[in-house]
Amino acid sequence: MFNDKTSKFLLVAGLLLILGGAFAPNWIVNQFMFGFSRALAILGLMVLWRTGLVSFGHAFYFGLGAYAVAILDIKLGVTDVFLRLIAGALVAGTAGFLVGFIMRNYRNIFFAMLNTAISMVLFGIVVKTEALGSTDGFAISMSTILGVSPETKYPLFVIITLVGMVAAILVNYYLKTTFGKLTTAIRDNEIRVEYLGFSVAHAIHLKYSISAILAGGAGALMAMSLGQVDPESMINWTVSGELVFITILSGPGNVIAPFIGSLVFEVLRTYAFELAPQAWQLIMGATFLTIIFFIPGGIWSVLEKIGGKKNDK
Amino acid sequence: MISNPPILQVRDLVKKFGAVVAANDINVDISKGEIVGIIGANGAGKTCFVNMVTGYLPPTAGSIKFEGEELVGLETRKITHAGISRSFQVSQVFHSMTVGENLMIALAIANNRALDALSLMDTPELRSKLDNVLNRYKLNAQKDTTVSALAQGVRKLLDIAMAVVSKPRILLLDEPTSGISVEEKFDFMDIVMGALKEDGVTVLFVEHDMEIVARYVSRVLAFYQGEIIADMPPKKALADKKVQEFVIGKEHHKKKK
Repeated sequence: MFNDKTSKFLLVAGLLLILGGAFAPNWIVNQFMFGFSRALAILGLMVLWRTGLVSFGHAFYFGLGAYAVAILDIKLGVTDVFLRLIAGALVAGTAGFLVGFIMRNYRNIFFAMLNTAISMVLFGIVVKTEALGSTDGFAISMSTILGVSPETKYPLFVIITLVGMVAAILVNYYLKTTFGKLTTAIRDNEIRVEYLGFSVAHAIHLKYSISAILAGGAGALMAMSLGQVDPESMINWTVSGELVFITILSGPGNVIAPFIGSLVFEVLRTYAFELAPQAWQLIMGATFLTIIFFIPGGIWSVLEKIGGKKNDK
Repeated sequence: MISNPPILQVRDLVKKFGAVVAANDINVDISKGEIVGIIGANGAGKTCFVNMVTGYLPPTAGSIKFEGEELVGLETRKITHAGISRSFQVSQVFHSMTVGENLMIALAIANNRALDALSLMDTPELRSKLDNVLNRYKLNAQKDTTVSALAQGVRKLLDIAMAVVSKPRILLLDEPTSGISVEEKFDFMDIVMGALKEDGVTVLFVEHDMEIVARYVSRVLAFYQGEIIADMPPKKALADKKVQEFVIGKEHHKKKK
């Protein structure tokens, strides 16, 4: 599992980041926490994209993960970071497994928009339900780590970085298994996969469930990083759009790409907002157009060209 | 003519597309080890027959039994698991992958590794099997070439090689030599039929080229308007009046002249 360049790079980079984070100012630590939290969801979307599927509704799972943390906190007083993370991933994964029975039968625009529809149903329910915080959402108490209350956000940053590193290594390994290799095979030719004796529907269902677990985990980590959840920033269709934006910005070439893409997105959005508070979307849109027209393989493809080497799939 | 017990039994097979009857009460037995050529003009029902046997199209009525097991109603992948595989008129391969990757996926699924999510696909065992397939189908030189860069004939070979790695007992080939040049077609068929004979696979193939039919098959099924109008050895079939009139079109041309 750790024998390839990507896994080794992830291990070294993760540990260096953890060390560096100890000396970095808070705003940088925050940017990394938000970026790496989202990167988890992008990893899942990358697996789907390699299969030829794009979801415009993964905020559904992102939101489920975030709200699982909030509800556990408010109703049961659960503050442990690991319990919160597991709960977020589990709730979203269960929902993804159930919804997957429908989604595995659809492709292209129908797949994309059915996901949007489901996320908007959840958005509507949350907005209209007082018990779920309605439009205001919930504030979340600081996460504890195995019973210890940290004084800064650095320990949470360490955990998010470690979780991201482990998830990326696992997804990297998965992509090298037969299941993983079937991603591109299904995108290329579903008929041949079926005639080789493998169920395309089962394979897509598994990939969809994996993407839901990762998006749920991402939502849980984001909720803990931000210290609050609300439907606008966790479940709305714009969140799904952001996730797709970052996926395309990152490129599908390697599991490292979502982490770089998410960080670039965080920095880009922060500075776009600072430069043009009334028109920051213009900068984001222009960036998106540039990516699609000039670097359809995303940031990773640029890095590959600079490095002059083939990616480590 | 049929010496062995039938491996495939087709009974009263009917396929209708609205008013169009693509298969009209087809009854045929195929014995183990036979090499059967399916001939007929365009629209005669040849590919429809292959599609029904391999589960791509559900028949309107009738039965298809493979080694006694009913195939009608089974999903395509279940038919593959049962031991029937196929190639396509237009090669169905993974165009963004290399020849080696295409075959590795086929081998991995055939070896049930896909059921084990934790199995790496690239193992020494599979690599050795890959080398074997590449040798038998003369695809060594193209191992690292992406499919989209391959010539039509090589894609066809790959399509057939992928269908064969699951070790089927019956293989159906839909127009294996279509799109292959006249100069290459016999070399191509020698590679394919040589490899299939080694494995003792029963082969049914749809073919328009009568030279190929005469050279490689032991039995001919001639289709016309959804019916089998001749079921006989190739020499006899190609000389048969009905076959000449409705399949080869010789009578038709004579009349025109």
